[in-house]
Amino acid sequence: MSGYAEGVLVLLAINVVLAYGAFLPVAAGQLNLGVAGFAAIGGYASAYLSARTATPVLVAIPLGGIAAGVVALAVAVPVLRTRGIYLALATFALGELVRATILNLEVVGGAAGYPVPAYIGLPVIAGFAVAVVVLVGLLFATRFGIAITAVHDDERVADLMGLDVRAFQIAAFVFGSVIAGIGGGLYAHHFNYIEAQYFNISMSISIVLYVLFGGTQSVVGPLLGATVFTLLPELLRASAQWRYVLFAAIVIVAMVVRPQGLVTAALVRRLLGLAQDFSLRGRERPA
Amino acid sequence: MSAAPILVLDNVSKHFGGLRVVEDLSFSVRRNSCTGLIGPNGAGKTTVFNLITGVYPIDSGRILLDDADISRVPSRRRIHHGIARNFQNIRLMPHLSAIENVMVGQHCRNGGLFGNLQPVALFPHNRWREEARAALAEAGLEDYERGVVRSLPYGVQKRIELVRALMAKPRLLLLDEPAAGLNSAETGALRELLAKICQQHGLTLLVIEHDMHFVGALCDEVVVLNFGRKIAEGRPDAVREDALVKEAYFGLDTGLAETRYVN
Repeated sequence: MSGYAEGVLVLLAINVVLAYGAFLPVAAGQLNLGVAGFAAIGGYASAYLSARTATPVLVAIPLGGIAAGVVALAVAVPVLRTRGIYLALATFALGELVRATILNLEVVGGAAGYPVPAYIGLPVIAGFAVAVVVLVGLLFATRFGIAITAVHDDERVADLMGLDVRAFQIAAFVFGSVIAGIGGGLYAHHFNYIEAQYFNISMSISIVLYVLFGGTQSVVGPLLGATVFTLLPELLRASAQWRYVLFAAIVIVAMVVRPQGLVTAALVRRLLGLAQDFSLRGRERPA
Repeated sequence: MSAAPILVLDNVSKHFGGLRVVEDLSFSVRRNSCTGLIGPNGAGKTTVFNLITGVYPIDSGRILLDDADISRVPSRRRIHHGIARNFQNIRLMPHLSAIENVMVGQHCRNGGLFGNLQPVALFPHNRWREEARAALAEAGLEDYERGVVRSLPYGVQKRIELVRALMAKPRLLLLDEPAAGLNSAETGALRELLAKICQQHGLTLLVIEHDMHFVGALCDEVVVLNFGRKIAEGRPDAVREDALVKEAYFGLDTGLAETRYVN
Protein backbone atom coordinates (compact mmCIF):
# COMPACT_ATOMS: atom_id res chain seq x y z
CA MET A 1 0.00 0.00 0.00
CA SER A 2 1.35 3.44 -0.91
CA GLY A 3 2.20 5.93 1.81
CA TYR A 4 -0.50 8.24 0.49
CA ALA A 5 -3.23 5.57 0.66
CA GLU A 6 -2.13 4.54 4.13
CA GLY A 7 -2.16 8.17 5.28
CA VAL A 8 -5.70 8.66 3.98
CA LEU A 9 -6.91 5.45 5.63
CA VAL A 10 -5.33 6.44 8.95
CA LEU A 11 -7.13 9.79 8.80
CA LEU A 12 -10.35 8.00 7.89
CA ALA A 13 -10.07 5.62 10.85
CA ILE A 14 -9.29 8.45 13.31
CA ASN A 15 -12.16 10.54 11.91
CA VAL A 16 -14.55 7.60 12.27
CA VAL A 17 -13.58 7.25 15.94
CA LEU A 18 -13.99 11.00 16.55
CA ALA A 19 -17.34 10.98 14.73
CA TYR A 20 -18.71 8.38 17.16
CA GLY A 21 -17.44 10.59 19.99
CA ALA A 22 -19.75 13.35 18.73
CA PHE A 23 -22.54 10.95 17.73
CA LEU A 24 -23.42 9.66 21.21
CA PRO A 25 -24.38 13.03 22.71
CA VAL A 26 -26.09 14.09 19.45
CA ALA A 27 -28.16 10.88 19.57
CA ALA A 28 -29.35 11.98 23.02
CA GLY A 29 -30.24 15.44 21.68
CA GLN A 30 -27.09 17.32 22.70
CA LEU A 31 -24.80 19.20 20.33
CA ASN A 32 -21.29 18.85 21.75
CA LEU A 33 -19.01 21.47 20.17
CA GLY A 34 -16.27 20.65 22.66
CA VAL A 35 -15.48 17.25 21.20
CA ALA A 36 -12.00 18.41 20.10
CA GLY A 37 -11.28 19.38 23.71
CA PHE A 38 -12.01 15.83 24.89
CA ALA A 39 -9.91 14.45 22.03
CA ALA A 40 -7.08 16.72 23.26
CA ILE A 41 -7.44 15.45 26.85
CA GLY A 42 -7.32 11.84 25.64
CA GLY A 43 -4.44 12.56 23.28
CA TYR A 44 -2.30 14.36 25.84
CA ALA A 45 -3.11 11.96 28.69
CA SER A 46 -2.23 8.88 26.62
CA ALA A 47 0.87 10.61 25.21
CA TYR A 48 2.04 11.52 28.71
CA LEU A 49 1.43 7.98 29.96
CA SER A 50 3.28 6.31 27.11
CA ALA A 51 6.14 8.84 27.06
CA ARG A 52 6.75 9.37 30.78
CA THR A 53 5.53 6.20 32.48
CA ALA A 54 6.34 3.72 29.71
CA THR A 55 2.73 2.51 29.68
CA PRO A 56 2.14 0.29 26.63
CA VAL A 57 0.37 2.21 23.86
CA LEU A 58 -2.56 -0.22 23.75
CA VAL A 59 -3.18 0.52 27.43
CA ALA A 60 -2.30 4.23 27.34
CA ILE A 61 -4.84 5.08 24.61
CA PRO A 62 -7.89 3.60 26.41
CA LEU A 63 -6.63 5.23 29.65
CA GLY A 64 -6.48 8.55 27.79
CA GLY A 65 -10.10 7.96 26.77
CA ILE A 66 -11.03 7.30 30.38
CA ALA A 67 -9.27 10.54 31.43
CA ALA A 68 -11.44 12.43 28.91
CA GLY A 69 -14.49 10.61 30.29
CA VAL A 70 -13.63 11.58 33.88
CA VAL A 71 -13.35 15.26 32.90
CA ALA A 72 -16.64 14.97 30.97
CA LEU A 73 -18.33 13.44 34.02
CA ALA A 74 -17.01 16.25 36.23
CA VAL A 75 -18.38 19.00 33.96
CA ALA A 76 -21.50 17.18 32.72
CA VAL A 77 -23.88 18.29 35.46
CA PRO A 78 -23.41 22.06 35.04
CA VAL A 79 -22.85 21.96 31.26
CA LEU A 80 -25.86 19.73 30.51
CA ARG A 81 -28.15 22.05 32.44
CA THR A 82 -28.05 24.26 29.36
CA ARG A 83 -30.17 23.62 26.27
CA GLY A 84 -29.94 24.12 22.51
CA ILE A 85 -27.69 26.94 21.37
CA TYR A 86 -26.59 27.57 24.98
CA LEU A 87 -25.39 23.97 25.28
CA ALA A 88 -23.49 24.38 22.00
CA LEU A 89 -21.88 27.58 23.36
CA ALA A 90 -21.08 25.98 26.73
CA THR A 91 -19.40 22.96 25.11
CA PHE A 92 -17.57 25.25 22.66
CA ALA A 93 -16.25 27.27 25.61
CA LEU A 94 -15.28 24.04 27.36
CA GLY A 95 -13.26 22.91 24.34
CA GLU A 96 -11.49 26.27 24.18
CA LEU A 97 -10.83 26.11 27.93
CA VAL A 98 -9.15 22.74 27.54
CA ARG A 99 -7.06 23.97 24.61
CA ALA A 100 -5.99 27.15 26.42
CA THR A 101 -5.13 25.17 29.55
CA ILE A 102 -2.95 22.71 27.64
CA LEU A 103 -1.24 25.60 25.81
CA ASN A 104 -0.09 26.84 29.22
CA LEU A 105 0.78 23.43 30.64
CA GLU A 106 4.58 23.20 30.49
CA VAL A 107 4.60 19.58 31.67
CA VAL A 108 3.26 18.59 28.24
CA GLY A 109 5.27 21.11 26.25
CA GLY A 110 2.87 24.06 26.32
CA ALA A 111 2.62 25.93 23.01
CA ALA A 112 5.62 24.03 21.59
CA GLY A 113 3.67 20.78 21.50
CA TYR A 114 4.55 17.39 22.93
CA PRO A 115 6.66 14.74 21.17
CA VAL A 116 5.36 11.18 21.49
CA PRO A 117 8.00 8.48 20.97
CA ALA A 118 5.66 5.46 20.68
CA TYR A 119 4.21 4.82 17.24
CA ILE A 120 1.11 3.02 16.02
CA GLY A 121 0.37 2.28 12.38
CA LEU A 122 -2.73 1.68 10.29
CA PRO A 123 -3.56 -1.85 11.57
CA VAL A 124 -3.80 -0.72 15.21
CA ILE A 125 -5.73 2.45 14.36
CA ALA A 126 -8.10 0.53 12.07
CA GLY A 127 -8.54 -2.05 14.85
CA PHE A 128 -9.58 0.70 17.29
CA ALA A 129 -11.96 2.18 14.70
CA VAL A 130 -13.61 -1.20 14.04
CA ALA A 131 -13.87 -1.84 17.79
CA VAL A 132 -15.53 1.55 18.36
CA VAL A 133 -18.02 1.02 15.50
CA VAL A 134 -18.89 -2.48 16.75
CA LEU A 135 -19.19 -1.41 20.40
CA VAL A 136 -21.41 1.58 19.63
CA GLY A 137 -23.46 -0.63 17.29
CA LEU A 138 -23.89 -3.19 20.07
CA LEU A 139 -24.74 -0.45 22.58
CA PHE A 140 -27.50 0.80 20.30
CA ALA A 141 -28.84 -2.73 19.94
CA THR A 142 -29.54 -2.73 23.69
CA ARG A 143 -32.36 -1.02 25.57
CA PHE A 144 -29.89 1.87 26.04
CA GLY A 145 -30.22 2.63 22.30
CA ILE A 146 -34.02 2.81 22.50
CA ALA A 147 -33.81 4.92 25.67
CA ILE A 148 -31.31 7.38 24.16
CA THR A 149 -33.54 7.87 21.10
CA ALA A 150 -36.58 8.31 23.35
CA VAL A 151 -34.74 10.97 25.37
CA HIS A 152 -33.73 12.67 22.10
CA ASP A 153 -37.30 12.64 20.76
CA ASP A 154 -39.32 13.70 23.81
CA GLU A 155 -37.69 14.30 27.19
CA ARG A 156 -41.01 14.84 28.97
CA VAL A 157 -42.58 11.59 27.79
CA ALA A 158 -39.33 9.69 28.39
CA ASP A 159 -39.33 10.99 31.97
CA LEU A 160 -42.95 9.95 32.51
CA MET A 161 -42.11 6.50 31.15
CA GLY A 162 -39.60 6.15 33.98
CA LEU A 163 -36.40 6.96 32.09
CA ASP A 164 -33.82 8.93 34.03
CA VAL A 165 -33.39 11.54 31.28
CA ARG A 166 -30.50 13.30 32.96
CA ALA A 167 -28.58 10.07 33.61
CA PHE A 168 -28.95 9.00 29.97
CA GLN A 169 -27.80 12.41 28.74
CA ILE A 170 -24.78 12.34 31.06
CA ALA A 171 -23.97 8.75 30.04
CA ALA A 172 -24.09 9.67 26.34
CA PHE A 173 -21.92 12.75 26.93
CA VAL A 174 -19.36 10.79 28.97
CA PHE A 175 -19.22 7.72 26.64
CA GLY A 176 -18.87 10.09 23.68
CA SER A 177 -16.01 11.90 25.42
CA VAL A 178 -14.23 8.60 26.16
CA ILE A 179 -14.42 7.73 22.45
CA ALA A 180 -13.22 11.22 21.43
CA GLY A 181 -10.34 10.82 23.91
CA ILE A 182 -9.40 7.52 22.27
CA GLY A 183 -9.46 9.29 18.89
CA GLY A 184 -7.03 11.90 20.27
CA GLY A 185 -4.75 9.14 21.57
CA LEU A 186 -4.69 7.45 18.15
CA TYR A 187 -3.78 10.77 16.53
CA ALA A 188 -0.96 11.52 19.01
CA HIS A 189 0.63 8.09 18.65
CA HIS A 190 0.45 7.95 14.87
CA PHE A 191 1.95 11.37 14.21
CA ASN A 192 4.41 11.08 17.16
CA TYR A 193 3.59 14.64 18.06
CA ILE A 194 0.65 16.46 19.54
CA GLU A 195 -0.10 20.17 19.87
CA ALA A 196 -3.08 21.91 21.42
CA GLN A 197 -3.69 24.20 18.42
CA TYR A 198 -4.79 21.23 16.34
CA PHE A 199 -7.77 20.55 18.67
CA ASN A 200 -9.62 23.76 17.87
CA ILE A 201 -13.26 24.67 17.21
CA SER A 202 -12.78 24.01 13.50
CA MET A 203 -11.98 20.37 14.36
CA SER A 204 -15.06 20.12 16.59
CA ILE A 205 -17.31 21.56 13.88
CA SER A 206 -15.86 19.16 11.27
CA ILE A 207 -16.52 16.17 13.54
CA VAL A 208 -20.10 17.27 14.26
CA LEU A 209 -20.58 17.76 10.52
CA TYR A 210 -19.56 14.13 9.89
CA VAL A 211 -22.43 13.09 12.16
CA LEU A 212 -25.01 15.55 10.82
CA PHE A 213 -24.10 14.70 7.23
CA GLY A 214 -24.13 10.94 7.77
CA GLY A 215 -27.29 11.00 9.88
CA THR A 216 -27.93 11.24 13.60
CA GLN A 217 -30.63 8.58 13.79
CA SER A 218 -28.60 5.52 12.92
CA VAL A 219 -25.30 4.11 14.16
CA VAL A 220 -24.22 3.79 10.51
CA GLY A 221 -24.55 7.58 9.98
CA PRO A 222 -21.24 8.73 11.57
CA LEU A 223 -19.33 5.99 9.73
CA LEU A 224 -20.73 7.11 6.40
CA GLY A 225 -20.38 10.83 7.20
CA ALA A 226 -16.72 10.51 8.27
CA THR A 227 -15.99 8.38 5.19
CA VAL A 228 -17.53 10.87 2.77
CA PHE A 229 -15.88 13.87 4.45
CA THR A 230 -12.46 12.17 4.45
CA LEU A 231 -12.45 10.44 1.07
CA LEU A 232 -14.43 12.85 -1.11
CA PRO A 233 -11.85 15.69 -1.03
CA GLU A 234 -9.20 13.10 -1.93
CA LEU A 235 -11.25 11.75 -4.85
CA LEU A 236 -11.73 15.32 -6.07
CA ARG A 237 -7.97 16.02 -6.19
CA ALA A 238 -8.08 15.68 -9.99
CA SER A 239 -10.06 18.91 -10.14
CA ALA A 240 -7.04 20.76 -8.66
CA GLN A 241 -8.00 24.15 -7.15
CA TRP A 242 -11.73 23.49 -7.72
CA ARG A 243 -11.86 20.50 -5.42
CA TYR A 244 -13.12 22.31 -2.31
CA VAL A 245 -15.67 24.21 -4.40
CA LEU A 246 -16.94 20.90 -5.78
CA PHE A 247 -16.81 19.30 -2.33
CA ALA A 248 -18.82 22.11 -0.75
CA ALA A 249 -21.35 22.00 -3.61
CA ILE A 250 -21.80 18.24 -3.18
CA VAL A 251 -22.28 18.64 0.58
CA ILE A 252 -24.87 21.42 0.08
CA VAL A 253 -26.79 19.36 -2.49
CA ALA A 254 -26.69 16.30 -0.22
CA MET A 255 -28.03 18.31 2.73
CA VAL A 256 -30.81 19.79 0.58
CA VAL A 257 -31.81 16.36 -0.74
CA ARG A 258 -31.38 14.56 2.60
CA PRO A 259 -31.69 17.17 5.37
CA GLN A 260 -31.79 14.50 8.08
CA GLY A 261 -28.50 13.00 6.87
CA LEU A 262 -27.61 10.29 4.41
CA VAL A 263 -28.81 7.48 6.67
CA THR A 264 -32.14 7.88 8.47
CA ALA A 265 -33.93 5.49 10.80
CA ALA A 266 -36.65 5.08 8.17
CA LEU A 267 -34.08 4.15 5.52
CA VAL A 268 -32.44 1.57 7.81
CA ARG A 269 -35.86 0.05 8.62
CA ARG A 270 -36.73 -0.04 4.94
CA LEU A 271 -33.42 -1.73 4.07
CA LEU A 272 -33.76 -4.19 6.95
CA GLY A 273 -37.36 -4.82 5.92
CA LEU A 274 -36.27 -5.52 2.36
CA ALA A 275 -33.54 -7.85 3.58
CA GLN A 276 -36.06 -9.69 5.73
CA ASP A 277 -38.60 -9.83 2.90
CA PHE A 278 -35.98 -11.21 0.52
CA SER A 279 -34.92 -13.83 3.03
CA LEU A 280 -38.58 -14.76 3.58
CA ARG A 281 -39.09 -15.07 -0.16
CA GLY A 282 -35.96 -17.17 -0.32
CA ARG A 283 -37.46 -19.52 2.24
CA GLU A 284 -40.84 -19.58 0.58
CA ARG A 285 -39.56 -20.48 -2.86
CA PRO A 286 -38.51 -24.10 -2.15
CA ALA A 287 -41.85 -24.74 -0.44
CA MET B 1 -64.70 -5.95 43.25
CA SER B 2 -63.20 -3.82 45.99
CA ALA B 3 -64.76 -0.41 46.56
CA ALA B 4 -61.62 1.01 48.22
CA PRO B 5 -60.23 4.01 46.36
CA ILE B 6 -56.96 3.50 44.52
CA LEU B 7 -56.48 7.23 43.96
CA VAL B 8 -57.52 10.10 46.20
CA LEU B 9 -57.11 13.79 45.45
CA ASP B 10 -57.47 15.69 48.70
CA ASN B 11 -58.01 19.46 48.39
CA VAL B 12 -55.51 19.75 45.55
CA SER B 13 -54.79 23.23 44.18
CA LYS B 14 -52.57 24.50 41.42
CA HIS B 15 -52.01 28.10 40.44
CA PHE B 16 -49.97 29.47 37.55
CA GLY B 17 -49.17 32.97 38.73
CA GLY B 18 -52.57 34.54 39.35
CA LEU B 19 -54.42 31.91 37.35
CA ARG B 20 -56.13 29.31 39.52
CA VAL B 21 -56.14 26.27 37.29
CA VAL B 22 -57.19 23.72 39.92
CA GLU B 23 -58.84 24.87 43.14
CA ASP B 24 -59.43 22.71 46.23
CA LEU B 25 -60.19 19.68 44.13
CA SER B 26 -61.11 16.48 45.93
CA PHE B 27 -62.30 13.25 44.40
CA SER B 28 -61.44 9.58 44.53
CA VAL B 29 -61.21 6.79 42.00
CA ARG B 30 -62.41 3.31 43.04
CA ARG B 31 -60.17 0.36 42.32
CA ASN B 32 -61.03 -1.61 39.14
CA SER B 33 -63.48 1.07 38.07
CA CYS B 34 -63.54 3.49 35.20
CA THR B 35 -63.96 7.13 36.18
CA GLY B 36 -64.57 9.87 33.64
CA LEU B 37 -63.19 13.39 34.08
CA ILE B 38 -65.27 15.77 32.00
CA GLY B 39 -65.77 19.48 31.65
CA PRO B 40 -65.55 22.28 29.11
CA ASN B 41 -62.27 23.25 27.45
CA GLY B 42 -59.96 24.99 29.92
CA ALA B 43 -61.65 23.39 32.94
CA GLY B 44 -58.30 22.01 34.14
CA LYS B 45 -58.76 18.34 33.23
CA THR B 46 -55.35 17.82 31.61
CA THR B 47 -53.74 19.84 34.41
CA VAL B 48 -55.25 17.32 36.87
CA PHE B 49 -53.53 14.53 34.89
CA ASN B 50 -50.30 16.53 34.95
CA LEU B 51 -50.60 16.90 38.74
CA ILE B 52 -51.31 13.19 39.24
CA THR B 53 -48.31 12.21 37.08
CA GLY B 54 -46.05 14.87 38.61
CA VAL B 55 -45.49 16.98 35.50
CA TYR B 56 -46.39 19.95 37.73
CA PRO B 57 -45.94 19.98 41.50
CA ILE B 58 -49.12 20.68 43.45
CA ASP B 59 -49.34 23.92 45.43
CA SER B 60 -51.43 22.46 48.25
CA GLY B 61 -53.38 19.34 49.15
CA ARG B 62 -52.39 15.68 48.81
CA ILE B 63 -52.47 12.98 46.17
CA LEU B 64 -52.77 9.46 47.59
CA LEU B 65 -52.21 6.27 45.66
CA ASP B 66 -53.29 3.23 47.64
CA ASP B 67 -53.14 5.39 50.79
CA ALA B 68 -49.51 6.37 50.12
CA ASP B 69 -48.87 10.10 49.65
CA ILE B 70 -47.21 10.49 46.24
CA SER B 71 -47.49 14.29 46.12
CA ARG B 72 -43.72 14.74 46.34
CA VAL B 73 -42.68 11.69 44.32
CA PRO B 74 -40.72 12.82 41.20
CA SER B 75 -42.57 12.45 37.89
CA ARG B 76 -40.09 9.79 36.72
CA ARG B 77 -40.85 7.57 39.70
CA ARG B 78 -44.66 7.71 39.50
CA ILE B 79 -44.81 5.08 36.77
CA HIS B 80 -42.91 2.80 39.18
CA HIS B 81 -45.80 3.36 41.60
CA GLY B 82 -48.19 2.10 38.94
CA ILE B 83 -49.45 5.25 37.20
CA ALA B 84 -49.22 5.36 33.40
CA ARG B 85 -50.82 7.75 30.94
CA ASN B 86 -51.31 8.74 27.33
CA PHE B 87 -51.46 12.28 25.95
CA GLN B 88 -54.13 14.49 24.46
CA ASN B 89 -51.91 15.19 21.46
CA ILE B 90 -50.19 11.96 20.46
CA ARG B 91 -46.63 11.93 21.73
CA LEU B 92 -44.90 8.94 20.18
CA MET B 93 -41.16 8.95 19.55
CA PRO B 94 -40.80 9.77 15.83
CA HIS B 95 -37.39 8.13 15.42
CA LEU B 96 -38.49 4.82 16.91
CA SER B 97 -40.56 2.15 15.16
CA ALA B 98 -43.96 1.16 16.53
CA ILE B 99 -42.58 -1.80 18.47
CA GLU B 100 -39.67 0.26 19.86
CA ASN B 101 -42.16 2.90 21.02
CA VAL B 102 -44.06 0.17 22.81
CA MET B 103 -40.82 -1.10 24.35
CA VAL B 104 -40.20 2.34 25.87
CA GLY B 105 -43.15 1.50 28.12
CA GLN B 106 -41.31 -1.55 29.47
CA HIS B 107 -38.43 0.55 30.72
CA CYS B 108 -39.71 0.88 34.30
CA ARG B 109 -39.70 -2.93 34.63
CA ASN B 110 -36.32 -3.70 33.07
CA GLY B 111 -34.21 -3.68 36.23
CA GLY B 112 -31.81 -0.75 36.37
CA LEU B 113 -28.33 -0.45 34.90
CA PHE B 114 -27.94 -4.01 33.66
CA GLY B 115 -31.48 -3.97 32.31
CA ASN B 116 -30.42 -1.10 30.07
CA LEU B 117 -27.73 -3.28 28.52
CA GLN B 118 -30.06 -6.07 27.47
CA PRO B 119 -29.67 -6.56 23.71
CA VAL B 120 -33.37 -6.12 22.95
CA ALA B 121 -32.75 -5.04 19.34
CA LEU B 122 -30.00 -7.54 18.57
CA PHE B 123 -32.03 -10.73 18.76
CA PRO B 124 -35.52 -10.57 17.25
CA HIS B 125 -36.97 -13.14 19.64
CA ASN B 126 -35.95 -11.95 23.08
CA ARG B 127 -38.54 -11.89 25.85
CA TRP B 128 -39.12 -8.10 25.85
CA ARG B 129 -39.61 -7.86 22.10
CA GLU B 130 -41.93 -10.87 22.13
CA GLU B 131 -43.97 -9.28 24.91
CA ALA B 132 -44.26 -6.01 22.96
CA ARG B 133 -45.15 -7.94 19.82
CA ALA B 134 -47.90 -9.84 21.64
CA ALA B 135 -49.30 -6.61 23.10
CA LEU B 136 -49.39 -5.02 19.63
CA ALA B 137 -51.14 -8.09 18.29
CA GLU B 138 -53.67 -7.97 21.14
CA ALA B 139 -54.52 -4.41 20.08
CA GLY B 140 -54.80 -5.50 16.44
CA LEU B 141 -51.56 -3.73 15.47
CA GLU B 142 -49.39 -6.68 14.39
CA ASP B 143 -49.07 -5.30 10.84
CA TYR B 144 -47.53 -2.03 12.04
CA GLU B 145 -44.68 -3.44 14.13
CA ARG B 146 -41.86 -1.94 12.07
CA GLY B 147 -43.82 1.07 10.88
CA VAL B 148 -42.45 4.62 11.04
CA VAL B 149 -44.95 5.98 13.54
CA ARG B 150 -45.39 9.40 11.94
CA SER B 151 -46.70 7.88 8.74
CA LEU B 152 -49.23 5.60 10.46
CA PRO B 153 -52.95 6.42 10.57
CA TYR B 154 -54.07 8.60 13.49
CA GLY B 155 -56.16 5.88 15.12
CA VAL B 156 -53.27 3.42 14.91
CA GLN B 157 -50.92 5.94 16.56
CA LYS B 158 -53.42 6.40 19.39
CA ARG B 159 -53.58 2.66 19.96
CA ILE B 160 -49.76 2.37 19.92
CA GLU B 161 -49.64 5.05 22.62
CA LEU B 162 -52.18 3.08 24.64
CA VAL B 163 -50.17 -0.14 24.27
CA ARG B 164 -47.01 1.74 25.31
CA ALA B 165 -48.71 2.84 28.54
CA LEU B 166 -49.98 -0.70 29.17
CA MET B 167 -46.44 -2.09 28.83
CA ALA B 168 -45.61 -0.47 32.19
CA LYS B 169 -48.21 -2.84 33.71
CA PRO B 170 -49.84 0.04 35.59
CA ARG B 171 -52.45 -0.16 38.34
CA LEU B 172 -53.97 3.14 37.27
CA LEU B 173 -54.15 4.25 33.65
CA LEU B 174 -54.87 7.88 32.79
CA LEU B 175 -56.28 8.39 29.31
CA ASP B 176 -56.51 11.93 27.95
CA GLU B 177 -59.18 12.05 25.24
CA PRO B 178 -58.54 8.54 23.89
CA ALA B 179 -61.47 8.76 21.46
CA ALA B 180 -60.72 12.24 20.09
CA GLY B 181 -60.35 12.22 16.33
CA LEU B 182 -61.61 8.66 15.96
CA ASN B 183 -64.61 7.74 13.82
CA SER B 184 -67.55 5.93 15.36
CA ALA B 185 -66.29 2.46 14.36
CA GLU B 186 -62.83 3.20 15.83
CA THR B 187 -64.43 4.62 18.99
CA GLY B 188 -66.50 1.46 19.41
CA ALA B 189 -63.43 -0.72 18.88
CA LEU B 190 -61.46 1.36 21.40
CA ARG B 191 -64.25 1.01 23.99
CA GLU B 192 -64.28 -2.75 23.56
CA LEU B 193 -60.48 -2.90 23.72
CA LEU B 194 -60.40 -0.83 26.94
CA ALA B 195 -63.13 -2.93 28.55
CA LYS B 196 -61.24 -6.12 27.63
CA ILE B 197 -57.91 -4.76 28.90
CA CYS B 198 -59.43 -3.61 32.19
CA GLN B 199 -61.01 -6.98 32.75
CA GLN B 200 -57.87 -8.94 31.85
CA HIS B 201 -55.31 -6.78 33.65
CA GLY B 202 -57.36 -5.59 36.63
CA LEU B 203 -56.78 -1.97 35.64
CA THR B 204 -58.36 1.17 37.00
CA LEU B 205 -59.07 3.88 34.43
CA LEU B 206 -59.35 7.63 34.78
CA VAL B 207 -60.49 9.03 31.44
CA ILE B 208 -60.80 12.57 30.11
CA GLU B 209 -63.28 12.52 27.25
CA HIS B 210 -65.76 14.82 25.51
CA ASP B 211 -67.69 12.03 23.78
CA MET B 212 -70.52 11.53 26.29
CA HIS B 213 -71.72 8.32 24.60
CA PHE B 214 -68.22 6.91 25.08
CA VAL B 215 -68.12 8.11 28.70
CA GLY B 216 -71.62 6.76 29.37
CA ALA B 217 -70.79 3.34 27.97
CA LEU B 218 -67.36 2.98 29.60
CA CYS B 219 -67.40 4.86 32.91
CA ASP B 220 -68.93 3.87 36.24
CA GLU B 221 -68.43 7.31 37.76
CA VAL B 222 -67.98 10.79 36.36
CA VAL B 223 -66.34 13.87 37.90
CA VAL B 224 -67.22 17.18 36.28
CA LEU B 225 -64.82 20.13 36.41
CA ASN B 226 -65.37 23.77 35.57
CA PHE B 227 -62.81 26.54 36.12
CA GLY B 228 -60.64 24.10 38.07
CA ARG B 229 -63.39 23.19 40.57
CA LYS B 230 -65.49 20.08 40.89
CA ILE B 231 -69.09 20.97 40.10
CA ALA B 232 -70.60 17.48 40.14
CA GLU B 233 -69.82 13.79 40.45
CA GLY B 234 -71.77 10.57 40.30
CA ARG B 235 -73.04 8.03 37.81
CA PRO B 236 -72.92 9.24 34.18
CA ASP B 237 -76.71 9.24 33.71
CA ALA B 238 -77.23 11.19 36.94
CA VAL B 239 -74.51 13.71 36.16
CA ARG B 240 -75.96 14.26 32.70
CA GLU B 241 -79.18 15.45 34.36
CA ASP B 242 -77.42 17.82 36.76
CA ALA B 243 -78.55 21.37 36.07
CA LEU B 244 -75.15 22.92 36.69
CA VAL B 245 -73.44 20.42 34.42
CA LYS B 246 -76.02 21.14 31.75
CA GLU B 247 -75.26 24.81 31.96
CA ALA B 248 -71.47 24.62 32.29
CA TYR B 249 -70.83 21.78 29.87
CA PHE B 250 -73.79 21.30 27.57
CA GLY B 251 -74.52 25.02 27.22
CA LEU B 252 -78.12 24.98 28.50
CA ASP B 253 -79.21 28.00 30.52
CA THR B 254 -80.75 26.67 33.73
CA GLY B 255 -80.07 29.76 35.82
CA LEU B 256 -78.55 27.64 38.60
CA ALA B 257 -74.90 28.12 37.97
CA GLU B 258 -74.54 31.46 39.63
CA THR B 259 -76.34 30.31 42.79
CA ARG B 260 -74.25 27.11 43.15
CA TYR B 261 -70.93 28.92 42.55
CA VAL B 262 -71.79 31.49 45.21
CA ASN B 263 -72.74 28.73 47.66
